[in-house]
Amino acid sequence: MKIRLDHVVKTFDTFRAVRDVSLDIESGELVALLGPSGSGKTTILRMVAGLEYSDGGHIYFGDQDATDIPVRERGVGFVFQHYALFPHMTVAENIAFGMKVSKVKRERAAIDARVSELLRLVRLEGLGDRFPAQISGGQRQRVALARALAVDPKVLLLDEPFGALDANVRKDLRRWLREIHEELGITTLFVTHDQEEALDLADRVVILKDGQIVQQGTPEEVCRNPQSAFVMKFLGDANVLSAEVRDGKAYASGASIEVDGLVDGKAELYARPSDLDWSEQGPGIPAVIARVLDRADGRRVIATAETGEHLEFDVAPERALKAGKGGFVTVRRAKVFAA
Amino acid sequence: MSANLTSGLGRRKSPRVGDGPLFRRALIGTVLVIGAFLILAPLIVIGFEAFKQGWKTYSATIANPDTRHAILLTVVTALIAVPVNTVFGVAAAWAITKFDFRGKRFLLVLIEIPFSVSPIVAGVAYLFVYGLQGIFGPYFDAHDIKILFALPGIILASMFVTAPFVARELIPLMQSQGRDLEEAATSLGASGWRTFFSVTLPNIKWALLYGVVLCNARVMGEFGAVSVVSGNIRGQTNTLPLHIELLYHDYQTAGAFASASILAIIAVFTIIAKVALERQGAGRTRKTVPRPALAANPAEKSS
Repeated sequence: MKIRLDHVVKTFDTFRAVRDVSLDIESGELVALLGPSGSGKTTILRMVAGLEYSDGGHIYFGDQDATDIPVRERGVGFVFQHYALFPHMTVAENIAFGMKVSKVKRERAAIDARVSELLRLVRLEGLGDRFPAQISGGQRQRVALARALAVDPKVLLLDEPFGALDANVRKDLRRWLREIHEELGITTLFVTHDQEEALDLADRVVILKDGQIVQQGTPEEVCRNPQSAFVMKFLGDANVLSAEVRDGKAYASGASIEVDGLVDGKAELYARPSDLDWSEQGPGIPAVIARVLDRADGRRVIATAETGEHLEFDVAPERALKAGKGGFVTVRRAKVFAA
Repeated sequence: MSANLTSGLGRRKSPRVGDGPLFRRALIGTVLVIGAFLILAPLIVIGFEAFKQGWKTYSATIANPDTRHAILLTVVTALIAVPVNTVFGVAAAWAITKFDFRGKRFLLVLIEIPFSVSPIVAGVAYLFVYGLQGIFGPYFDAHDIKILFALPGIILASMFVTAPFVARELIPLMQSQGRDLEEAATSLGASGWRTFFSVTLPNIKWALLYGVVLCNARVMGEFGAVSVVSGNIRGQTNTLPLHIELLYHDYQTAGAFASASILAIIAVFTIIAKVALERQGAGRTRKTVPRPALAANPAEKSS
């Protein structure tokens, strides 16, 4: 089912949570709404679900205007950050709930069969008789997903689905959700503030700031071609250097890089830690190493430039670098935005 | 850790202020003595006085038609006032915790008023509203409907006094539970009623029962408000507490104490029920829902 948001607006008291958002989600697509807290991503998701009314604009499911369809008739599956499992029901009863309250009457045997099918899908066979309090957080979130899928939703909506889980469990569930999505092909929209999660999981990432979409595209598009300093900073660690643009080149304390389409004047140069390197000889940004952080996958070096700016970059673990050593930071690639 | 704990429990002098043995014993002793004089002694006296003239007098007093009528009236009042207030309490708690609307804070304060206002004020206020000189009095009189000095007045006064009990128990619990469960149920296609009965109610049932028990105890024991509006007509509008006062003024000490013992027994059962319900996790002492799973599950962050 294709979803279309057409100039959607939402205001809470005086706070404008969502300002004029238009968005198309293709049928079968897995889309991430990514943004810092307060960017309106959860509000958008809840409006798609019908848990929140929009103050303006329309939401279409396929060709149908779904803006005024109440949540219980919208046919969406919603997964909450804190699972929202019914604590007084077993796992199987939780999953069966949607089928039991449905207007479409089903035989008890049919419900039982569907429940065990879903338990198999979320790999929780044999846990049907447990109560939510007796299973782990990751298992609970899988039950929540099975419960949402039980009503054959047209659209699956997930609100920070892995936010309450620890890093390892989160990674497993991410891969697993992707597999389920490929198997079922349900149009899926999920909200996260974790850029890694969004980039790992989604076909398309929609980045939000202050209730507006600032950029959207495939993970490749948004990573390789961020269109604003905000997106650049939000998607990962970035070094910021004040720079000056002259004749199609940006200059920042000893380093220079080619830029297109920027007028001459003050600018900011953004570089990822992996975009910088260390060299004993110039040219480059003269700097002194302040700290070396050893990590499982390499070495992170923090250097202080002559201008006082801190620069972080990654080097191969074999490189022998020590704090106090002087040298030059070289810029392999960078993004320049007008300041 | 455990070694530290055991040594902490030893006779070692504790550095905390007020932890000296003399102070501790004096404080506990004072509380026990005051408790004994203030609470325990009167209860013992009730039991003692009620049975002083023997079981026969006791049962005769209870069997007295006026006493029996007073008991009946009290039970009928409770049977009507408690369910109505339960529905009111659930509705108020639901409205306050699940909806956002103007005047929500005002409603919260309004619900609490009966706790802070003297019951007799409520009684007098009802006189002005429903009395013959009151606002609605002439209308009801013209239509031959008796509110004051009759059962409806007694029930209304009792309901005023006990209106906050159920709501006060439910609001903190339902606030801590949030709206997620109801939203989940609705998104799965459940109707409002279905959501209430299969999702909300099972999760608040102990707190609800707790509120009902407290509400019932107060309805049965209410004196001030009821005494103003009932008119104290023996055998007609006397509830048990009013009847006790009447017997006492008639110098029927044994009868007064016998009737009082019934209320005392109700109180004891209320306390037993209260403790039993608290074991089930009800009551305002526990503001959050116990979540044993968090401890049992190290893989989950408690964010």
